[in-house]
Amino acid sequence: MKILVPVKRVVDYNVKVRVKADQTGVETANVKMSMNPFDEIAVEEAVRLKEAGIATEVIAVSCGLLSCQETLRTALAIGADRAILVETDVELQPLAVAKLLAAVFKKESPDLVILGKQAIDDDSNQTGQMLGALLGRPQATFASKVVIEGGAAQVTREVDGGLETIKITLPAIVTTDLRLNEPRYVTLPNIMKAKKKPLENVKPADLGVDVTPRLKTLKVTEPPKRSAGVKVPDVATLVAKLKNEAKVI
Amino acid sequence: MALDQETFALLKESVRRFVQERLVPNEDRVEHEDEVPAEIIAEMKELGLFGLSIPEEYGGIGLSMSEEVEIGFELGQTALAFRSVFGTNVGIGSQGILMDGTEEQRRTYLPKIATGEYIFSFALTEPGAGSDAASLKTSAVLDGDHYVINGTKRFITNAVRAQGFTLMARTDAANKGAGGISAFIVPRDTPGITLGKIDKKMGQRGTKTCDVIFENARVPAANIIGGKPGVGFKTAMKVLDRGRLHISSISTGMSKRLLKEAATYASERKQFGQAIAEFQLIQGMLADMQTELYAAESMVRDGAARYDARDPQMPMLAACCKYFTTEAVGRAADRAVQIHGGAGYINEYKVERFYRDVRLLRLYEGTSQIQQLVIARNLLKNLGN
Ligand SMILES: Cc1cc2nc3c(=O)[nH]c(=O)nc-3n(C[C@H](O)[C@H](O)[C@H](O)COP(=O)(O)OP(=O)(O)OC[C@H]3O[C@@H](n4cnc5c(N)ncnc54)[C@H](O)[C@@H]3O)c2cc1C
Repeated sequence: MKILVPVKRVVDYNVKVRVKADQTGVETANVKMSMNPFDEIAVEEAVRLKEAGIATEVIAVSCGLLSCQETLRTALAIGADRAILVETDVELQPLAVAKLLAAVFKKESPDLVILGKQAIDDDSNQTGQMLGALLGRPQATFASKVVIEGGAAQVTREVDGGLETIKITLPAIVTTDLRLNEPRYVTLPNIMKAKKKPLENVKPADLGVDVTPRLKTLKVTEPPKRSAGVKVPDVATLVAKLKNEAKVI
Repeated sequence: MALDQETFALLKESVRRFVQERLVPNEDRVEHEDEVPAEIIAEMKELGLFGLSIPEEYGGIGLSMSEEVEIGFELGQTALAFRSVFGTNVGIGSQGILMDGTEEQRRTYLPKIATGEYIFSFALTEPGAGSDAASLKTSAVLDGDHYVINGTKRFITNAVRAQGFTLMARTDAANKGAGGISAFIVPRDTPGITLGKIDKKMGQRGTKTCDVIFENARVPAANIIGGKPGVGFKTAMKVLDRGRLHISSISTGMSKRLLKEAATYASERKQFGQAIAEFQLIQGMLADMQTELYAAESMVRDGAARYDARDPQMPMLAACCKYFTTEAVGRAADRAVQIHGGAGYINEYKVERFYRDVRLLRLYEGTSQIQQLVIARNLLKNLGN
């Protein structure tokens, strides 16, 4: 069984992001970048399936700038077998990424695609779903457990109000939620091994995909500053404020 | 061999994360239990920290000196006891075998040292021989194809954890100087080796030192590092040369941590109606810490690059680095305690422990005075050139 794991390079989750002065986006120059944490969970899951003898090959794929190679090296260090970079400096939107991934899917014919439910930079939560639709394959989003059995995946999904377990036929798309697993620390010997693993570089044109953006960003702004809190003298005042001012009870 | 930037960036990030997410949160535990938890040691092995300096062909990571000091800057940012567990494998315990060992000795020991399966200690100091290490008395007398070893080694880091020692002993009783000394690889399970009581120390709780006593311990002659007697002191000095840069990077990492602790405390602690960081006298101390930190980082990077380039001035420059960075971290710790006021004297605060921990850095692997001597001796020697 072959698993394809798309990974995205994003601003590191520890970085306090700053909006650019011209409001066209967030500052990424000289900012620490890392693998999207949900994608890290996806790579970890794929590698665990390989270690359990269920998967035979794990292929990491990333779309974007040449610097995404570093993200792919991380995936290789966690345990992916090889990597593909779809290199472009065009700003990629979820649909374009889904199309690129669909093209890679057709080339590689994996049995399973595992990717993050969303990326922590734009929080779109669209790529996995769009990929499923473009390929006409089943999808299980927000997975907190994945069991592969006889050509199908039994996936436990984190939904509002509880857990839902569904069974989907492979090949299929799974998107990861936070509780699927806890990714390992990449060890130094594995980073050294990752150096020698194959990393292929293709261009969107090689895949016959037009990645021109379709959405226009009007502006990006900082969230409003939190205003200072108030101290209340007693519970009665608190309840009154919650009722009348905040209108939450 | 130097790594490509991308790979090295990953390595450094992996170590940084491990230090910040696994080691820093366990500092209190190490302080209170006076032990590095077994599961943390297992994780260090898994991560590959024991093999940082051992070449890839012998199962390690094979960092260049420039890379090793960058990693040292990260490792130094937490309680020094963590580094001590694998410190002798990365440095003094293994480097003699790597630098001067025979190919067979390297193949036999280095792969196990790199994974941490073997912990190796370095046994040079004796009750009567510290700074004047060349006067050591531990004797090794040839008997057939074995040497019979007798003597006591003092303050040996990791002896209780060790599977083996790089041991310096006198093989030529007639030669009382450096030329009579040989370096041996001595397995811990050699009959005739006993350990003294574990030393109670001022700081660095969780690190372990003790005496190692040799009584008619028989070691194969083939275990002389490089197979050649009489050059053991040279081996030891080469090992310490490299070790000085490593210690410099650790000291600098700790200076960074101390500055962070001090600056954070100063921003939060209020007196006279304002954060104490607002007072210029406090700012002066912080500025001194920052300036010396920057100087130390720059110096260590330069020293490491020159080490990699085999700069002939190295022994002197490595001594300069060790002298400056270990004295600087002492000053940083003192200022950090001062900025903390009374809290800086209380064990619950990190700076109280670090203050005690860093005191050792000016003493071992050559005291500050010995570094000064090395520096001055070399500069005077080169005066004519
Ligand atoms: C916690 C700890 C761990 C250690 N780990 C190891 C280890 O793993 N392996 C190992 O072999 N050793 C180890 N040591 C020993 C350490 O390297 C020695 O303690 C150190 O070299 C100093 O030697 P000494 O203690 O005998 O001091 P001494 O040499 O007696 O020095 C006393 C004082 O005299 C000064 N002095 C000495 N000679 C001169 C001179 N010529 N000119 C001016 N001043 C001088 C010194 O600078 C110092 O201030 C460790 C020590 C400690 C405390």
